[in-house]
Amino acid sequence: MATQVVMPKLSPTMEEGQLSRWLKKEGDKVSMGEPLAEIDTDKATMEMQSLANGVLLKILVNEGESAPLGDPIAIVGAEGEDISNLIGAKKSAKGEAPTAKPEAEETEEREQEPKKAEAAVSKPAPKEEAPRPVTPPSRDDGRQLISPIAARMAAEAGINLKSLQGSGPGGRIIKRDVEDAISGKVERIPTTPRLRAVPARPLEKGEVYAPSAYRDETVSEMRRTIAKRLVTSLGPVPHFFLTTEIDMERAADLRRAINELYPDAKISINDVIIKVAAAALIQHPQVNASFQEKNIRYYEHADIGVAVATENGLITPVVRSADLKSLPEIGAEVRELAERARARKLKPEEYTGATFSISNLGMFGIDEFTAVINPPEGAILAIGAMAPKPVVRDGQIVVRQTMRVTMSCDHRVVDGATGAQFLQTFKQVMENPLYLFLAQ
Amino acid sequence: MAEMTMRDALNQALREELARDEAVFLMGEEVAEYQGAYKVTRGLLDEFGPKRIIDTPITELGFAGLGVGAAMAGLRPIVEFMTFNFSILATDQIINSAAKMLYMSGGQFKIPIVFRGPGGSAYQVSSQHSQALESWYAYFPGLKVVMPSTPADAKGLLKSAIRDDDPVIFIEQERMYGMKGEVPGDEDFIIPLGVADVKREGADATIVARSLMVPVALKAAEELEKDGVSCEVIDPRTIRPLDIDTIIDSVRKTNRVVVAEESHPFCGVGAEISAQIAERAFDYLDAPVKRVSGVDVPMPYAKNLEQLALPDYEKLIQAVREVSYLD
Repeated sequence: MATQVVMPKLSPTMEEGQLSRWLKKEGDKVSMGEPLAEIDTDKATMEMQSLANGVLLKILVNEGESAPLGDPIAIVGAEGEDISNLIGAKKSAKGEAPTAKPEAEETEEREQEPKKAEAAVSKPAPKEEAPRPVTPPSRDDGRQLISPIAARMAAEAGINLKSLQGSGPGGRIIKRDVEDAISGKVERIPTTPRLRAVPARPLEKGEVYAPSAYRDETVSEMRRTIAKRLVTSLGPVPHFFLTTEIDMERAADLRRAINELYPDAKISINDVIIKVAAAALIQHPQVNASFQEKNIRYYEHADIGVAVATENGLITPVVRSADLKSLPEIGAEVRELAERARARKLKPEEYTGATFSISNLGMFGIDEFTAVINPPEGAILAIGAMAPKPVVRDGQIVVRQTMRVTMSCDHRVVDGATGAQFLQTFKQVMENPLYLFLAQ
Repeated sequence: MAEMTMRDALNQALREELARDEAVFLMGEEVAEYQGAYKVTRGLLDEFGPKRIIDTPITELGFAGLGVGAAMAGLRPIVEFMTFNFSILATDQIINSAAKMLYMSGGQFKIPIVFRGPGGSAYQVSSQHSQALESWYAYFPGLKVVMPSTPADAKGLLKSAIRDDDPVIFIEQERMYGMKGEVPGDEDFIIPLGVADVKREGADATIVARSLMVPVALKAAEELEKDGVSCEVIDPRTIRPLDIDTIIDSVRKTNRVVVAEESHPFCGVGAEISAQIAERAFDYLDAPVKRVSGVDVPMPYAKNLEQLALPDYEKLIQAVREVSYLD
């Protein structure tokens, strides 16, 4: 039986698609999964696959034309089949656009992730063809079980509980797990400013970084009231802004030194900013969070959206788990993502689901600016130009490279003091990037 | 020091205290002519005469009340219940008179009385004659509750109880009368009420046990030592006042606790100890406090069911292994 091919939802925010190019002509045989056409969404050019076997009987939307989601754009059926009744019909029987593959895979991945990771602990990992996400295991309900004395000992020893595997029932972290950590079997956190390290392990072949795992915490009544009041005043995402000036001498030195050692690395100051922001986010999980009406979602990793200007406008590809990556890795990834962003070749999962964003207009000589939060992220950091400025050091006026950054915070998740503390850590590490190496 | 049974140690304590203070006298069912249903009062009638060793009718409420009155009048009665199962009949006098008189008379009447006798589980005597009632009495302010676990403790604690100016419930485990141990012969040997005893030192888990559960806990500790679990066994000896400090100190050291008791778990002494540990040593716990108690049913008569209803050393070992995360 002949079926309509409808405009699929190829990006989370897409409402209509423009037919960029048909890859099949009328009368061509098509099989399920075979590319049928290229569609321009609001973000990128995507391939659309056939969902049926048969012959492309009729093209309803020509190249260059647009169609809203769910509208028929072609008909696939058996050769010679009568399709007159289908041509007139405006919408498919379903009436709604089937969610296309990329997004479906992404959401599934996120939901299944914790279970998968848990299963991997107890039994040998099943053979998987698909790339395996890298995230530390967590319980389905997001709660971490811990015995009281283990909690106290860990707090006293400055041990990051998130880095521990509980050996008690239900994954409860017990005294001996913390003792193991203290005796050096598991990593520890250094003191001030206590950058938290996340256990990194080398990726196995074929693995990719998955979107960060998270835990949802029910919004408290107080938080709900704060959110409600602020939204009344400032619109759906009540922004507030925090600005600080950062002495960039050492960060610039670090970048220069790395590039001298590794000429291929081509680290930019922006890469250093991403790394430092990621480290500060792990230290301040309240900022690496998202307001979800009933819950506040806290992410385990820093997936950082990096605003990239393209001819078609702004897009923010995501550097996943930037907290786990080295500067050269971040540098290479940002360059590669930016190139593909400009070529409109990003897949939706590559530009959605960041936990925090950075927008840098320094290259345009902008001293400082405020950026607009990309919902549902909780904050965005706007980076101004790095420039020599007279500053006072030890009572003397000296010239230093400085940079002004402004963080926009979603006040429903991040309060003033919380944001300020994050920015304080960011500034501290930026001004002395050696801290990055103290988080073992 | 001489080795003797708990029965003889108790007898020695009674004899010494009767000799020491003329105000002390003993009454109860079959305590004089028959020399006690469990022979704890053997020889006392001959030695102290019928004025001080008195056989009563089978009227627990009556002679308990008589005792309270005698105490108010300045004597120091020891009231024996043939078993504590029968003390249930006397609870109005014990709870409403003995426990509260000092308070209600504004301190005018102290009640230096000891209610003593066997309690806890016994062999195949079914629901009404085999039960642990300490949590009943420990519930009331004004009463002291003592449960010895060795012959020496029995002697030292009973002497303290007789000398104490408050009413004391002194529960002897029926199955422990024949248990032997070294007992100091010294007439001034006493053990103060309200002081727990560390029966065995250990580092990994604390077992809080009283009465018959103490030897069971010590045996379990021996077995657990083979698995590398070093158990500390604490006997509070006095249920009220409870020496919680000694228990808390131990919990701070071991981080794991099992409370062993013959009584039912619900509203039991173990529940109280668990609550106090949670209140005072929460930050030191590595595992939830676990109770090994009698099963929450009336004591069965059938031997096999009776065995299942009672806490034993296998159940205790299992509980310690659980809090130590061994299984």
